[in-house]
Amino acid sequence: MYDVVIIGAGVTGCAVARYLARYEVNACVLERGSDVCTGTSKANSAIVHAGYDAENGSLMAKYNVEGSLMMEPLSKELDFAYDRCGSLVVCLSEEDLPKLWDLYRNGVANGVEDLRVIGRTELKDLEPNVSDNAVAALWAPTGAIVCPFGLTIALAENAYTNGVEFRLNTEVLEVRRTENGYVIETNQGTVEAKAVVNAAGVYADVIHNMVSEEKMTIVPRKGEYMLLDHAAEGYVRHTVFQLPGKFGKGVLVSPTVHGNVIVGPTALDIEDKEGVNTTAAGLQDVTEKSGLAMKDIPLRQVITSFAGLRAHEARHEFILGECADAPGFFDCAGIESPGLSSAPAIGLHMSDLIAEKLGLSRNEDFKGERKGILDAKTLSPEERNELIKREPAYGQIICRCESVSEGEILDAIRRPLGARDLDAVKRRVRAGMGRCQAGFCSPRVIEILARELNVPESEITKTGGGSKYIVGTAKDRI
Amino acid sequence: MEKYNIVIIGGGPAGLAAASAAYDEGERSILILERDKELGGILNQCIHNGFGLHTFKEELTGPEYAKRFIDQVVEKKIEYRLNTMVMDISPERVVTAMNRTDGLFSVEAGAVILAMGCRERSRGALNIPGYRPAGIYSAGTAQRLVNMEGYMPGREVVILGSGDIGLIMARRMTLEGAKVKVVAELMPYSGGLKRNIVQCLDDYGIPLKLSHTVVDIEGRERVTGVTIAEVDSHNKPIPGTEEYYSCDTLLLSVGLLPENELSKTAGVELSRVTSGPTVNEQLETSVPGIFACGNVLHVHDLVDYVSEEAAMAGRNAAKFVRGEVPEDRSKELPIHVEGGPRYTVPCTIDPAKLPEQLTVRFRVGSVMKDRYVCLYLDGERVLRRRRQIMAPGEMEELVFKKSMFEAHPDVRDITIRVEEA
Amino acid sequence: MEVRNLICINCPMGCPLTVTLDGDEVVSVTGNTCPRGAEYGRKEVTNPTRIVTSSVVLRNAQNGAKTVSVKTASDIPKGKIFDVVKALKDVAVDAPVHIGDVIVENAAGTGVPVIATREVL
Repeated sequence: MYDVVIIGAGVTGCAVARYLARYEVNACVLERGSDVCTGTSKANSAIVHAGYDAENGSLMAKYNVEGSLMMEPLSKELDFAYDRCGSLVVCLSEEDLPKLWDLYRNGVANGVEDLRVIGRTELKDLEPNVSDNAVAALWAPTGAIVCPFGLTIALAENAYTNGVEFRLNTEVLEVRRTENGYVIETNQGTVEAKAVVNAAGVYADVIHNMVSEEKMTIVPRKGEYMLLDHAAEGYVRHTVFQLPGKFGKGVLVSPTVHGNVIVGPTALDIEDKEGVNTTAAGLQDVTEKSGLAMKDIPLRQVITSFAGLRAHEARHEFILGECADAPGFFDCAGIESPGLSSAPAIGLHMSDLIAEKLGLSRNEDFKGERKGILDAKTLSPEERNELIKREPAYGQIICRCESVSEGEILDAIRRPLGARDLDAVKRRVRAGMGRCQAGFCSPRVIEILARELNVPESEITKTGGGSKYIVGTAKDRI
Repeated sequence: MEKYNIVIIGGGPAGLAAASAAYDEGERSILILERDKELGGILNQCIHNGFGLHTFKEELTGPEYAKRFIDQVVEKKIEYRLNTMVMDISPERVVTAMNRTDGLFSVEAGAVILAMGCRERSRGALNIPGYRPAGIYSAGTAQRLVNMEGYMPGREVVILGSGDIGLIMARRMTLEGAKVKVVAELMPYSGGLKRNIVQCLDDYGIPLKLSHTVVDIEGRERVTGVTIAEVDSHNKPIPGTEEYYSCDTLLLSVGLLPENELSKTAGVELSRVTSGPTVNEQLETSVPGIFACGNVLHVHDLVDYVSEEAAMAGRNAAKFVRGEVPEDRSKELPIHVEGGPRYTVPCTIDPAKLPEQLTVRFRVGSVMKDRYVCLYLDGERVLRRRRQIMAPGEMEELVFKKSMFEAHPDVRDITIRVEEA
Repeated sequence: MEVRNLICINCPMGCPLTVTLDGDEVVSVTGNTCPRGAEYGRKEVTNPTRIVTSSVVLRNAQNGAKTVSVKTASDIPKGKIFDVVKALKDVAVDAPVHIGDVIVENAAGTGVPVIATREVL
């Protein structure tokens, strides 16, 4: 019997797990995917919102602003990529200016610091490629960008090393309330817990509705994106949003922490909770709208496109806390944007709430620091040579596009909650994330994974389950 | 810091031929840096035959062709380092590279020859909609898996793109036991050789659908099917023409791109058309002492031309090191193109520095029949060659003679014009 | 009289050839723009041949190579392509292998050996 079972190893579930580890707790995270961070958390804008957007007084506003403030110190504590590049909401017409001021006032009321409305000249200085139609912008220096994989994996690893158990490839089929807590049936057997945290993303309604009579509906809201090559680095310096207005609703254009440019998302409510396919219409939409707030976007440099699903609840508000008719069952539902930004705050408060409920005591041995995977590119030549002397694998580049060495890949596989498939390696060290999209390195990474995991190469998958990369040997069926 | 007169980036067909020719030109201080575990480059995985007809007057397979050049390099005792990734090239020709044994090291080069080759365009660059399951490979990745690793990447295959690699892989997959259902080609013509269409598709009854593209990819874990549709003259899918093919594999053979990330670190100017460096008649890039050849310069159709071009780069690099090429580059004139060619390599020439003969290569943008390819110097036609057919998939050439330019000592305009015959 | 339609492979023109046969005898080749087309049409309907290339399993290579590439030493009848590939199924050789080493003698009864096209030590 666990004290706490957390359903879902996205950024929310992992944040709850990590902050819960500050207590003496017997906790377990159940994750359907083959790795942490395989759902909504892996396919989003990678933005830490400053917090001016969410309606004043809402949970979204509260958690966003708090999460945004927590993120920078957390990035140092857990060693993940974060950059406070600042964000701009660009207003494209004089008649929309009142809306820009509304947004400013909402942000101030939410407690966002250093907000300013700036004029065209200052805007042009900050963002030279901004649209010629831009008349003003809301400037939020506290806006930031983050690596969503880095954040989620860091939270998970830190939770794990502080004693939280993770069960991957484990899909929850049923949750039943019992006298002492909950019984959770999974495809990998039954687990019991005194308390359950529902952090199941687009499936949070399904899980919630297993125990509560107050039914919930989560609508997957699809967002399609395009990602541009490093060659486009420098094209945009801040996260640029377009103020919805005369020219319609735009998409954001932003640098990423790894030097790419991201453009998107669309927003389309769909029925299929697995509908992460991109569409011709969606990509067309991104293409057209990207040009509203910014000009001459180098879309020739697109290296990949993808779609993510936001867990949208009709009221557009986070649902956080103990379920009224299911004591000990804690919802973290409706976690759509600004969910990534809010994750640390959600983790902190939810874990305190659960600790109070279960009467958990502080874990005196909790170690909040985590060292990430060494990025050899950040070393000086002397340091790098020292490293290669000690660990020759750091001298062997495997992914050419992102300059990822075998040493980094081995680290990704060998560390706590290590990578078990190609995409898991990619999320940790970016091998395959570059312009050739794994064309060159995938056979090499498969070789390394197979060797390290001591399985045949044919067993290695792209992303767990049936996503096999190799289906047989040459001539085996002739 | 180590010093070499010539450092060659890449030990594929271009790098090998450049090294060998530089040696024959008298140069002895040569270093080849190769990122793979063996010399030969992409030829090692091109196990089909058809290489070397021009160079050796016989049909070789890729590995056999490579071996002939590897043997030359070995016989001449030219130095090379394998598993060595070049990380940076400075405009002053300091090459920084890395491997397991030497760590991160720098080499000062008298001249640098860029011979890094090209890479395949990926699905992302095409914005093909759909899911992102396992089972989508570039044709070259599949070629490596099948030919070198002995694995089957899939059983039922749809191929997008009818360039030669796509056609070759249609045959390879079929011979190894897969079912290739269709090859779709966006353009109204194939970019591959006629011979490959017949011997890789027709021989096995594999349909080729021109003016078609993939509009959707199905499958959550592994590909379960793709939808292809006909496209209009603007390459936009025509609604109602969609056809679904169940398959577990989609191979992409949708174009090659010269791999010039390193060239950029050296400040080498790139052509927007070829994505390769702009070079002069020496095959020297915009950065003095940095030369380029092979697929990093422009994507070739036949390896024979790569070898020929690379040998020229090797010789010229050796001459550069000896100071035999006048440094002044202010007299370089651009080669203009009209009526069909999309670019030329070289793209500028200094008439005073021309060798007796200079082969200028180019590609056309569409299929053209019955044309003359002409060279005009200041509006006067000095050369005219008839072509029954020219196609974007094939490189064309025109040989400039020094004598033509001697007759026009003050030439200011050089134009290659394609005219109707 | 039998009529067969082919596409000439000699150049990018890809002339559509029409070959007329009387039994095994080629009566005429039309559609070609050059003599090479006629020659190709004649050969392709009477005795089409191909070089077959593939790779076979390799053991004990120093550099870890798992396969070695091979080809038929000369053209084989087109109809025998799959038989030749089948003859290579389950063939495994040990390194070192040199270019020209015979991997399979008389592949699928064609009288043509399959030889290595690559050196692996």
